[in-house]
Amino acid sequence: MALSEDEIFGKVNEALQDALGVDEDEVTPEATLVGDLGAESIDFLDIVFKLEKSFDIEIPREELSPEDILTNSDYVQDGVVTAAGLEELKKRMPWANLSGFESDPKVQNFGNLLTVSDLCSYVGSKVKG
Amino acid sequence: MRWFWVDRFTEFVSGSHAKAIKTVAMDEECVDEYLPTYPVLPPTLIIEGMAQLGGILLAEHFEFRKRLVLAKVGKATFHAPARVGDQLFYEAKLDGIQDNGGTIEGVSTCDGEVQAEISLMFACLEGSDIVDGPLYAAEDLHAWLLSLDFYSVAVGANGQRFPRYAAFQTADSVPAPT
Repeated sequence: MALSEDEIFGKVNEALQDALGVDEDEVTPEATLVGDLGAESIDFLDIVFKLEKSFDIEIPREELSPEDILTNSDYVQDGVVTAAGLEELKKRMPWANLSGFESDPKVQNFGNLLTVSDLCSYVGSKVKG
Repeated sequence: MRWFWVDRFTEFVSGSHAKAIKTVAMDEECVDEYLPTYPVLPPTLIIEGMAQLGGILLAEHFEFRKRLVLAKVGKATFHAPARVGDQLFYEAKLDGIQDNGGTIEGVSTCDGEVQAEISLMFACLEGSDIVDGPLYAAEDLHAWLLSLDFYSVAVGANGQRFPRYAAFQTADSVPAPT
């Protein structure tokens, strides 16, 4: 069943409220999950479970957490993601807006990259198959 | 210190659900101080009991090979106190499973009424997260499961009784189910 963008945002918003204990109005499309909404690493697992249930989808771990890329010496040098690494990230996460990260691609910056809007795009790509 | 917050498994279906009994007794020290002169099992220990039941349910799904910890109490709603003399019936249902954790939905019932509803999330420790090595000795878990009647009631999804787990290879043989 096709869901509208508003419907996806509404359900993502609900999942984030439940998982992070945030208020509905804090969950804006631009809000970053870590910096603005206070998500910690364990919360991502919770968010995954809630989205899987809410949208009846399966979320393979590596799709939302490309740790294998960020710890691969082929793609990271001196704590900075290389051009090849960025390409790999874009392939893995075509739904994410990586433009900000590209300007300063330190691995440590990756943690605070994902926004609510990215998450909605990801879910949208899964729901549409 | 004893830290066993369920008394006996009554049902266990691999990958699906588990049921257990917890009887609240006056000789438990924990009932004295929570509400003086009104001895109850503190709600936190009902959460702990549900975590032990649900934790075993999920750990068994992973054949006891992963280091599983309670990571989050998603919800815990208590509708009635668990008074001394009460027998609580816990049921945990496996809800979500990932290779690095899972969730369960738990319900505690007393005298046919829902006493508590509890949602829990568990995560698998990786590498040297928190501590290196196993969180407990395999033989201790094995002995605990024996004490809880686990092997008497547990069946796989196909209704067959469980074989031994590879993770318990160092433990004594599991008695053959009757």
